[in-house]
Amino acid sequence: MSIFSYLLPKKQSSASVAKERLQIIVARERSTRGGPDYLPQLQQELLMVVRKYVPVGEDAVNVQVDRESGCEILELNITLPEEEAQQHY
Amino acid sequence: MTKIVVVTSGKGGVGKTTTSAALATGLALRGFKTTVIDFDVGLRNLDLIMGCERRVVYDLVNVISGDANIKQALIKDKKVDNLFILPASQTRDKDALTTEGVEGVLNALRDDMKMDYIICDSPAGIEKGALMAAYFADEAVVVTNPEVSSVRDSDRIIGILASKTRHAEQGEGDIPARLLLTRYSPERVESGQMLSVEDVQEILAIELLGVIPESQAVLNASNSGSPVILDIDSDAGQAYSDAVARFLGDQLPHRFVNVNKKGLFGRLFGG
Repeated sequence: MSIFSYLLPKKQSSASVAKERLQIIVARERSTRGGPDYLPQLQQELLMVVRKYVPVGEDAVNVQVDRESGCEILELNITLPEEEAQQHY
Repeated sequence: MTKIVVVTSGKGGVGKTTTSAALATGLALRGFKTTVIDFDVGLRNLDLIMGCERRVVYDLVNVISGDANIKQALIKDKKVDNLFILPASQTRDKDALTTEGVEGVLNALRDDMKMDYIICDSPAGIEKGALMAAYFADEAVVVTNPEVSSVRDSDRIIGILASKTRHAEQGEGDIPARLLLTRYSPERVESGQMLSVEDVQEILAIELLGVIPESQAVLNASNSGSPVILDIDSDAGQAYSDAVARFLGDQLPHRFVNVNKKGLFGRLFGG
Protein backbone atom coordinates (compact mmCIF):
# COMPACT_ATOMS: atom_id res chain seq x y z
CA MET A 1 0.00 0.00 0.00
CA SER A 2 1.57 3.30 -0.99
CA ILE A 3 1.00 6.75 0.49
CA PHE A 4 -1.41 7.66 -2.33
CA SER A 5 -3.93 4.97 -1.48
CA TYR A 6 -4.64 6.78 1.81
CA LEU A 7 -5.95 9.72 -0.18
CA LEU A 8 -8.43 7.75 -2.27
CA PRO A 9 -11.99 7.16 -1.04
CA LYS A 10 -12.47 3.77 0.66
CA LYS A 11 -14.73 1.33 -1.09
CA GLN A 12 -16.11 -1.84 0.47
CA SER A 13 -13.53 -4.61 0.42
CA SER A 14 -14.28 -7.77 -1.52
CA ALA A 15 -13.75 -9.84 1.62
CA SER A 16 -16.57 -8.08 3.44
CA VAL A 17 -18.84 -8.60 0.43
CA ALA A 18 -17.91 -12.29 0.55
CA LYS A 19 -18.69 -12.46 4.24
CA GLU A 20 -22.10 -10.85 3.85
CA ARG A 21 -23.06 -13.12 0.96
CA LEU A 22 -21.91 -16.20 2.85
CA GLN A 23 -23.81 -15.29 5.99
CA ILE A 24 -27.03 -14.96 4.02
CA ILE A 25 -26.71 -18.15 1.96
CA VAL A 26 -25.46 -20.27 4.86
CA ALA A 27 -28.34 -19.13 7.09
CA ARG A 28 -30.80 -19.98 4.34
CA GLU A 29 -29.32 -23.41 3.69
CA ARG A 30 -29.21 -24.22 7.38
CA SER A 31 -32.92 -23.55 7.77
CA THR A 32 -33.78 -26.39 5.39
CA ARG A 33 -30.98 -28.69 6.49
CA GLY A 34 -31.84 -32.12 7.80
CA GLY A 35 -35.38 -31.89 6.53
CA PRO A 36 -36.95 -34.34 4.06
CA ASP A 37 -36.14 -33.94 0.37
CA TYR A 38 -39.68 -32.93 -0.54
CA LEU A 39 -39.52 -29.70 1.49
CA PRO A 40 -38.53 -27.32 -1.35
CA GLN A 41 -41.32 -28.63 -3.57
CA LEU A 42 -43.84 -28.51 -0.75
CA GLN A 43 -42.83 -24.91 -0.19
CA GLN A 44 -43.27 -24.06 -3.89
CA GLU A 45 -46.70 -25.68 -4.12
CA LEU A 46 -47.90 -24.02 -0.94
CA LEU A 47 -46.76 -20.70 -2.32
CA MET A 48 -48.82 -21.29 -5.47
CA VAL A 49 -51.93 -22.10 -3.42
CA VAL A 50 -51.53 -19.06 -1.21
CA ARG A 51 -51.03 -16.86 -4.26
CA LYS A 52 -54.41 -17.91 -5.63
CA TYR A 53 -55.94 -15.86 -2.82
CA VAL A 54 -53.37 -13.39 -1.57
CA PRO A 55 -50.57 -11.67 -3.45
CA VAL A 56 -47.43 -12.62 -1.57
CA GLY A 57 -43.72 -12.50 -2.36
CA GLU A 58 -41.32 -15.40 -2.95
CA ASP A 59 -40.24 -15.50 0.68
CA ALA A 60 -43.74 -15.44 2.16
CA VAL A 61 -43.94 -19.18 2.79
CA ASN A 62 -41.44 -20.62 5.21
CA VAL A 63 -41.29 -24.35 5.87
CA GLN A 64 -39.20 -25.85 8.61
CA VAL A 65 -38.83 -29.24 10.24
CA ASP A 66 -37.86 -29.46 13.89
CA ARG A 67 -37.12 -32.55 15.90
CA GLU A 68 -38.15 -32.81 19.51
CA SER A 69 -37.70 -35.93 21.61
CA GLY A 70 -38.40 -38.42 18.85
CA CYS A 71 -41.20 -36.53 17.13
CA GLU A 72 -40.92 -34.29 14.09
CA ILE A 73 -42.75 -30.99 13.85
CA LEU A 74 -43.44 -29.42 10.47
CA GLU A 75 -43.66 -25.71 11.00
CA LEU A 76 -45.36 -23.55 8.37
CA ASN A 77 -45.08 -19.81 8.39
CA ILE A 78 -46.99 -17.72 5.90
CA THR A 79 -46.43 -14.01 6.03
CA LEU A 80 -49.38 -12.07 4.62
CA PRO A 81 -48.90 -8.58 3.18
CA GLU A 82 -50.18 -5.41 4.83
CA GLU A 83 -53.94 -4.61 4.61
CA GLU A 84 -53.45 -1.85 2.00
CA ALA A 85 -51.63 -4.08 -0.42
CA GLN A 86 -54.39 -6.64 -0.18
CA GLN A 87 -57.16 -4.18 -1.04
CA HIS A 88 -55.51 -3.31 -4.32
CA TYR A 89 -55.63 -6.94 -5.32
CA MET B 1 -8.61 -46.81 22.51
CA THR B 2 -8.52 -46.34 18.75
CA LYS B 3 -9.70 -42.97 17.47
CA ILE B 4 -11.10 -42.61 13.97
CA VAL B 5 -10.69 -39.17 12.44
CA VAL B 6 -12.19 -38.02 9.15
CA VAL B 7 -10.51 -35.25 7.18
CA THR B 8 -13.19 -33.71 5.02
CA SER B 9 -14.20 -30.51 3.23
CA GLY B 10 -16.92 -30.93 0.64
CA LYS B 11 -15.02 -28.94 -1.94
CA GLY B 12 -12.11 -30.47 -3.82
CA GLY B 13 -8.58 -29.14 -3.95
CA VAL B 14 -8.59 -27.39 -0.59
CA GLY B 15 -5.96 -29.61 1.03
CA LYS B 16 -7.66 -32.71 2.45
CA THR B 17 -4.97 -35.13 1.32
CA THR B 18 -2.13 -32.77 2.26
CA THR B 19 -3.74 -32.42 5.69
CA SER B 20 -4.40 -36.16 6.10
CA ALA B 21 -0.77 -36.90 5.27
CA ALA B 22 0.50 -34.21 7.64
CA LEU B 23 -1.83 -35.14 10.50
CA ALA B 24 -1.07 -38.87 10.24
CA THR B 25 2.67 -38.24 10.02
CA GLY B 26 2.54 -35.80 12.94
CA LEU B 27 0.69 -38.30 15.13
CA ALA B 28 3.10 -41.10 14.20
CA LEU B 29 6.08 -38.84 14.99
CA ARG B 30 4.67 -38.46 18.47
CA GLY B 31 4.66 -42.22 18.90
CA PHE B 32 1.04 -43.02 18.05
CA LYS B 33 0.49 -46.00 15.80
CA THR B 34 -1.39 -44.44 12.90
CA THR B 35 -2.94 -45.56 9.64
CA VAL B 36 -4.08 -43.11 6.98
CA ILE B 37 -6.73 -44.44 4.59
CA ASP B 38 -7.48 -43.01 1.16
CA PHE B 39 -11.25 -43.17 0.59
CA ASP B 40 -11.10 -41.58 -2.86
CA VAL B 41 -11.89 -44.76 -4.79
CA GLY B 42 -11.04 -44.27 -8.46
CA LEU B 43 -8.86 -41.20 -7.89
CA ARG B 44 -6.11 -42.44 -5.60
CA ASN B 45 -3.62 -39.74 -4.64
CA LEU B 46 -2.65 -40.14 -1.01
CA ASP B 47 0.03 -42.65 -2.09
CA LEU B 48 1.73 -39.92 -4.16
CA ILE B 49 1.62 -37.38 -1.33
CA MET B 50 3.04 -39.97 1.07
CA GLY B 51 5.67 -41.01 -1.49
CA CYS B 52 4.76 -44.71 -1.55
CA GLU B 53 3.06 -44.91 -4.97
CA ARG B 54 5.47 -47.55 -6.26
CA ARG B 55 4.91 -49.84 -3.30
CA VAL B 56 1.12 -50.21 -3.70
CA VAL B 57 0.16 -53.86 -4.16
CA TYR B 58 -3.26 -54.18 -2.56
CA ASP B 59 -5.78 -51.48 -1.70
CA LEU B 60 -8.83 -50.69 0.42
CA VAL B 61 -11.26 -52.37 -1.99
CA ASN B 62 -9.08 -55.53 -2.12
CA VAL B 63 -9.33 -55.80 1.66
CA ILE B 64 -13.09 -55.20 1.65
CA SER B 65 -13.66 -57.82 -1.04
CA GLY B 66 -11.39 -60.32 0.72
CA ASP B 67 -8.68 -60.49 -1.98
CA ALA B 68 -6.12 -59.46 0.60
CA ASN B 69 -5.93 -59.15 4.36
CA ILE B 70 -5.18 -55.92 6.15
CA LYS B 71 -1.56 -56.87 6.85
CA GLN B 72 -0.87 -57.46 3.16
CA ALA B 73 -2.48 -54.19 2.11
CA LEU B 74 -0.96 -51.83 4.68
CA ILE B 75 2.13 -50.00 3.45
CA LYS B 76 4.63 -49.21 6.16
CA ASP B 77 6.10 -45.74 5.80
CA LYS B 78 9.84 -45.72 5.17
CA LYS B 79 10.64 -42.41 6.85
CA VAL B 80 8.45 -42.48 9.95
CA ASP B 81 7.91 -45.31 12.43
CA ASN B 82 4.37 -46.24 13.47
CA LEU B 83 2.95 -44.88 10.21
CA PHE B 84 0.94 -46.96 7.73
CA ILE B 85 -0.88 -46.14 4.51
CA LEU B 86 -3.92 -47.91 3.09
CA PRO B 87 -4.34 -46.71 -0.51
CA ALA B 88 -7.59 -46.40 -2.45
CA SER B 89 -8.19 -48.59 -5.45
CA GLN B 90 -7.92 -47.21 -8.96
CA THR B 91 -11.00 -49.07 -10.20
CA ARG B 92 -14.04 -46.95 -10.72
CA ASP B 93 -16.36 -49.22 -8.79
CA LYS B 94 -17.48 -46.96 -5.95
CA ASP B 95 -20.14 -49.45 -4.84
CA ALA B 96 -17.31 -51.56 -3.48
CA LEU B 97 -17.36 -49.34 -0.40
CA THR B 98 -20.08 -50.89 1.75
CA THR B 99 -20.83 -49.94 5.34
CA GLU B 100 -20.08 -53.51 6.51
CA GLY B 101 -16.91 -53.68 4.43
CA VAL B 102 -15.53 -50.39 5.77
CA GLU B 103 -16.48 -51.39 9.31
CA GLY B 104 -14.58 -54.65 8.85
CA VAL B 105 -11.44 -52.83 7.73
CA LEU B 106 -11.64 -50.36 10.63
CA ASN B 107 -12.22 -53.21 13.11
CA ALA B 108 -9.19 -55.06 11.76
CA LEU B 109 -7.04 -51.93 12.11
CA ARG B 110 -8.26 -51.48 15.67
CA ASP B 111 -8.29 -55.06 16.94
CA ASP B 112 -5.60 -56.83 14.91
CA MET B 113 -3.21 -53.99 14.11
CA LYS B 114 -3.75 -52.10 17.40
CA MET B 115 -3.81 -48.66 15.81
CA ASP B 116 -4.07 -45.59 18.04
CA TYR B 117 -5.35 -43.37 15.25
CA ILE B 118 -7.05 -44.03 11.94
CA ILE B 119 -7.14 -41.01 9.64
CA CYS B 120 -9.77 -41.23 6.90
CA ASP B 121 -8.92 -39.03 3.92
CA SER B 122 -12.33 -38.23 2.44
CA PRO B 123 -12.92 -37.62 -1.26
CA ALA B 124 -14.53 -34.34 -2.33
CA GLY B 125 -18.29 -34.17 -2.70
CA ILE B 126 -21.05 -35.71 -0.64
CA GLU B 127 -21.33 -39.05 -2.39
CA LYS B 128 -20.78 -42.55 -1.10
CA GLY B 129 -17.00 -42.32 -0.62
CA ALA B 130 -17.30 -39.15 1.44
CA LEU B 131 -20.17 -40.54 3.49
CA MET B 132 -18.26 -43.78 4.15
CA ALA B 133 -15.13 -41.89 5.21
CA ALA B 134 -17.19 -39.94 7.74
CA TYR B 135 -19.63 -42.59 8.94
CA PHE B 136 -17.49 -44.31 11.60
CA ALA B 137 -15.55 -41.20 12.66
CA ASP B 138 -15.16 -40.18 16.28
CA GLU B 139 -13.83 -36.78 15.31
CA ALA B 140 -13.65 -34.60 12.21
CA VAL B 141 -11.21 -32.10 10.77
CA VAL B 142 -12.92 -29.77 8.30
CA VAL B 143 -10.43 -28.34 5.81
CA THR B 144 -11.49 -24.97 4.41
CA ASN B 145 -9.96 -22.28 2.19
CA PRO B 146 -10.84 -18.65 2.96
CA GLU B 147 -13.00 -18.44 -0.13
CA VAL B 148 -16.79 -18.43 -0.61
CA SER B 149 -17.39 -21.80 -2.27
CA SER B 150 -15.14 -23.67 0.12
CA VAL B 151 -16.77 -22.08 3.19
CA ARG B 152 -20.26 -22.83 1.92
CA ASP B 153 -19.36 -26.47 1.17
CA SER B 154 -17.75 -26.83 4.58
CA ASP B 155 -20.97 -25.65 6.20
CA ARG B 156 -22.80 -28.29 4.21
CA ILE B 157 -20.37 -30.98 5.36
CA ILE B 158 -20.66 -29.86 8.99
CA GLY B 159 -24.42 -30.40 8.64
CA ILE B 160 -23.87 -33.87 7.20
CA LEU B 161 -21.43 -34.75 9.98
CA ALA B 162 -24.10 -33.78 12.50
CA SER B 163 -26.61 -36.25 11.12
CA LYS B 164 -24.92 -38.96 9.07
CA THR B 165 -22.29 -40.49 11.33
CA ARG B 166 -22.78 -43.63 13.36
CA HIS B 167 -22.48 -41.66 16.58
CA ALA B 168 -25.23 -39.29 15.42
CA GLU B 169 -27.48 -42.13 14.25
CA GLN B 170 -27.11 -43.89 17.56
CA GLY B 171 -28.20 -40.73 19.33
CA GLU B 172 -24.79 -40.08 20.84
CA GLY B 173 -24.77 -36.52 19.56
CA ASP B 174 -22.52 -34.69 17.09
CA ILE B 175 -18.92 -35.74 16.75
CA PRO B 176 -16.45 -32.97 17.52
CA ALA B 177 -15.56 -31.15 14.29
CA ARG B 178 -12.70 -28.68 14.12
CA LEU B 179 -11.73 -26.20 11.45
CA LEU B 180 -8.40 -26.19 9.65
CA LEU B 181 -8.08 -23.09 7.50
CA THR B 182 -5.57 -23.67 4.70
CA ARG B 183 -3.94 -21.51 2.00
CA TYR B 184 -4.25 -18.50 4.25
CA SER B 185 -2.61 -15.27 3.20
CA PRO B 186 -2.42 -12.64 5.98
CA GLU B 187 -1.35 -9.98 3.44
CA ARG B 188 -4.47 -10.45 1.37
CA VAL B 189 -6.63 -10.52 4.49
CA GLU B 190 -5.16 -7.23 5.62
CA SER B 191 -5.85 -5.60 2.28
CA GLY B 192 -9.45 -6.81 2.39
CA GLN B 193 -9.17 -9.31 -0.45
CA MET B 194 -9.53 -12.46 1.60
CA LEU B 195 -11.89 -13.65 4.33
CA SER B 196 -10.12 -13.57 7.71
CA VAL B 197 -9.87 -16.46 10.20
CA GLU B 198 -12.39 -14.64 12.36
CA ASP B 199 -14.82 -14.24 9.43
CA VAL B 200 -14.70 -17.94 8.55
CA GLN B 201 -14.98 -18.98 12.19
CA GLU B 202 -17.94 -16.68 12.72
CA ILE B 203 -19.77 -18.23 9.75
CA LEU B 204 -18.96 -21.87 10.41
CA ALA B 205 -19.12 -21.59 14.21
CA ILE B 206 -16.75 -24.47 15.00
CA GLU B 207 -13.55 -24.63 17.00
CA LEU B 208 -10.35 -23.63 15.18
CA LEU B 209 -7.71 -26.35 14.98
CA GLY B 210 -5.19 -24.39 12.96
CA VAL B 211 -4.33 -21.98 10.19
CA ILE B 212 -1.97 -23.14 7.46
CA PRO B 213 -0.43 -20.30 5.45
CA GLU B 214 -0.29 -20.35 1.67
CA SER B 215 3.17 -21.75 1.14
CA GLN B 216 5.55 -22.92 -1.54
CA ALA B 217 6.53 -25.70 0.87
CA VAL B 218 3.26 -27.54 0.22
CA LEU B 219 3.97 -27.93 -3.49
CA ASN B 220 7.59 -28.80 -2.77
CA ALA B 221 6.40 -31.51 -0.40
CA SER B 222 3.97 -33.04 -2.85
CA ASN B 223 6.55 -32.81 -5.63
CA SER B 224 8.92 -34.92 -3.58
CA GLY B 225 6.36 -37.21 -1.96
CA SER B 226 7.20 -36.23 1.58
CA PRO B 227 4.45 -34.88 3.89
CA VAL B 228 4.95 -31.14 4.44
CA ILE B 229 5.02 -31.58 8.22
CA LEU B 230 8.46 -33.18 7.79
CA ASP B 231 9.73 -29.90 6.32
CA ILE B 232 10.31 -28.49 9.78
CA ASP B 233 11.88 -25.25 8.56
CA SER B 234 8.86 -24.28 6.49
CA ASP B 235 5.95 -22.15 7.69
CA ALA B 236 3.36 -24.70 6.56
CA GLY B 237 5.26 -27.54 8.20
CA GLN B 238 5.40 -25.67 11.49
CA ALA B 239 1.75 -24.69 11.24
CA TYR B 240 0.81 -28.36 10.76
CA SER B 241 2.98 -29.35 13.73
CA ASP B 242 1.11 -26.82 15.86
CA ALA B 243 -2.21 -28.17 14.58
CA VAL B 244 -1.23 -31.72 15.55
CA ALA B 245 -0.27 -30.50 19.04
CA ARG B 246 -3.64 -28.75 19.35
CA PHE B 247 -5.36 -31.84 18.02
CA LEU B 248 -3.87 -33.72 20.97
CA GLY B 249 -5.08 -31.10 23.42
CA ASP B 250 -2.20 -28.61 23.71
CA GLN B 251 -3.05 -24.93 23.91
CA LEU B 252 -0.89 -23.07 21.43
CA PRO B 253 -1.25 -19.56 20.01
CA HIS B 254 -1.98 -19.41 16.28
CA ARG B 255 1.04 -18.42 14.23
CA PHE B 256 1.18 -17.17 10.63
CA VAL B 257 -2.11 -15.27 10.92
CA ASN B 258 -0.66 -11.77 10.99
CA VAL B 259 1.39 -9.83 8.48
CA ASN B 260 5.00 -9.26 9.43
CA LYS B 261 5.01 -5.55 10.16
CA LYS B 262 6.92 -3.40 7.71
CA GLY B 263 8.80 -0.31 8.81
CA LEU B 264 7.68 3.23 7.96
CA PHE B 265 9.80 3.21 4.81
CA GLY B 266 8.19 -0.02 3.62
CA ARG B 267 4.71 1.25 4.34
CA LEU B 268 5.22 4.46 2.41
CA PHE B 269 6.88 3.02 -0.64
CA GLY B 270 6.29 -0.72 -0.47
CA GLY B 271 4.08 -2.56 -2.93
